[in-house]
Amino acid sequence: MTAVKINNVVKTYGKKKEVTALSDISFSVSKGELFGIIGPDGAGKTSLFRILTTLLLADKGGATVDGFDIVKDYKAIRQRVGYMPGRFSLYQDLSVKENLDFFATIFNTSVEENYELIKDIYSQIEPFKDRKAGKLSGGMKQKLALSCALIHSPSVLFLDEPTTGVDAVSRKEFWEMLKRLKEQGITILVSTPYMDEASMCDRVALIQSGRILSINTPKGIVETFGKKLLAVKSNDMLRLLHDLKQCEEVQDAYPFGEYHHAVMKSDGRQELNNYLLKKGYGFELRETEANIEDCFMQLMKE
Amino acid sequence: MVNEKVILVENLTKKFEDFTAVDHISFDVHKGEIFGFLGANGAGKTTAMRMLSGLSMPTSGKAMVAGFDVYRENEKIKRNIGYMSQKFSLYEDLTVRENIRFYAGIYGKSSHFIKEKTELVLDELHLTAEGDKLVKSLPLGWKQKLAFSVAIFHEPRIVFLDEPTGGVDPVTRREFWHMIYEAAASGITVFVTTHYMDEAEYCDRVSIMVDGRIDALDTPQQLKKTFAAISMDEVFLKLARKATRAGD
Repeated sequence: MTAVKINNVVKTYGKKKEVTALSDISFSVSKGELFGIIGPDGAGKTSLFRILTTLLLADKGGATVDGFDIVKDYKAIRQRVGYMPGRFSLYQDLSVKENLDFFATIFNTSVEENYELIKDIYSQIEPFKDRKAGKLSGGMKQKLALSCALIHSPSVLFLDEPTTGVDAVSRKEFWEMLKRLKEQGITILVSTPYMDEASMCDRVALIQSGRILSINTPKGIVETFGKKLLAVKSNDMLRLLHDLKQCEEVQDAYPFGEYHHAVMKSDGRQELNNYLLKKGYGFELRETEANIEDCFMQLMKE
Repeated sequence: MVNEKVILVENLTKKFEDFTAVDHISFDVHKGEIFGFLGANGAGKTTAMRMLSGLSMPTSGKAMVAGFDVYRENEKIKRNIGYMSQKFSLYEDLTVRENIRFYAGIYGKSSHFIKEKTELVLDELHLTAEGDKLVKSLPLGWKQKLAFSVAIFHEPRIVFLDEPTGGVDPVTRREFWHMIYEAAASGITVFVTTHYMDEAEYCDRVSIMVDGRIDALDTPQQLKKTFAAISMDEVFLKLARKATRAGD
């Protein structure tokens, strides 16, 4: 069963259509899937979400959400999707409870009716239910926004960069909440600029400059890397990086946390080892597996 | 590395009514050091940075920044530091050159200095051809790199970077760090916050704030040893999970 189907969507901005936000995007998301759209700022993530939630018209192409056409059936789609925009968009002057009641009422339902669905998330902010939304901490705002996006029991949930600017601990907690939501059968599309969050998704689309670089399971993406990858470190990382870039056998080298990663043209491990030995400084070299960020950079440079 | 201390903090504290945002923090930063300033949302990083950059008066404690006292000489501090954040960087409706001239002018640099250095900076960024284009026409990655060059254009002693690489693609993020290394090598002290834990590994030393206090401060290597962790991500999680305070 398909929850979202996107066919050749094109979106441009500007008087002369000089800015291409999305160029010929197509993919499908199955019912109940937790699908990640991963890419940096300006990749086109928000444009895509706004088109799918019927808030923006595409220049070309089409899409269906839950079987409904995003142009013809926009009213039906608005009834059945939940959307959490990247920027906090609730009423700052209303209390936590008032915001939630407001969204429930708009969708002809009540907080009581769907309490089970939001309980896991809302119970964490319920002690502050009389506080004005504008006075909440960042983490609490995020939980309230998610509760409001869920209160009408949507079949598809669109979350636009819910974890941007959020610290590593809160990000992990947020993804745990999403996993529990997924277990309730909701299809979730979530965008993020953090590559390490890919592993939390069933499938991901890597997106850059309005183009899809790859769509696959996180494991599937990593498996397509197809090159030998070595992790190297030494006491002088700056010099090491320079030397790696000069080495014949190395196709690409870049910092990667504690190590530098060297993408090898072919096998070349022994050759690189000998090359570095000649440089006369201590180093540590080992084979490593590519992760999503390695793959993203490889795809970007293709 | 010269062992000259350019930031000296002792029991620095900031209270907002009965809430202690920053709670007796103490640390030093050396000249040319890349100092990572980490912490969960709401741990007090922004408040501490505002005090160190002369924008907010401490409640108590001592702090010297670039040789100036944060209580009495905060205007001098502002003139001797650079600042850049992910949110506020450049004027979108000014051209690249206009932005540079504007910022350098604010710091009182001579037209001669501005003219010569502008060409140098544009050349290094490979932006010479885009010099007269509006900043809003540049891709985000270029804007962030330009914003960093602008923040250190007046050759400050310290540059404060508040999540400078948020939302930036992985290739540009690494180019940005290369610029940080070069700035540090030229003697500029770099004080940086980030949510990317791999970037914590690129710092000479890292401090981690929890509930207004500095709970750990060391080289990334030593921190991993102390907390028996394989990565800085793990160190951060171990420390930040102890927090009792809600995020900002």
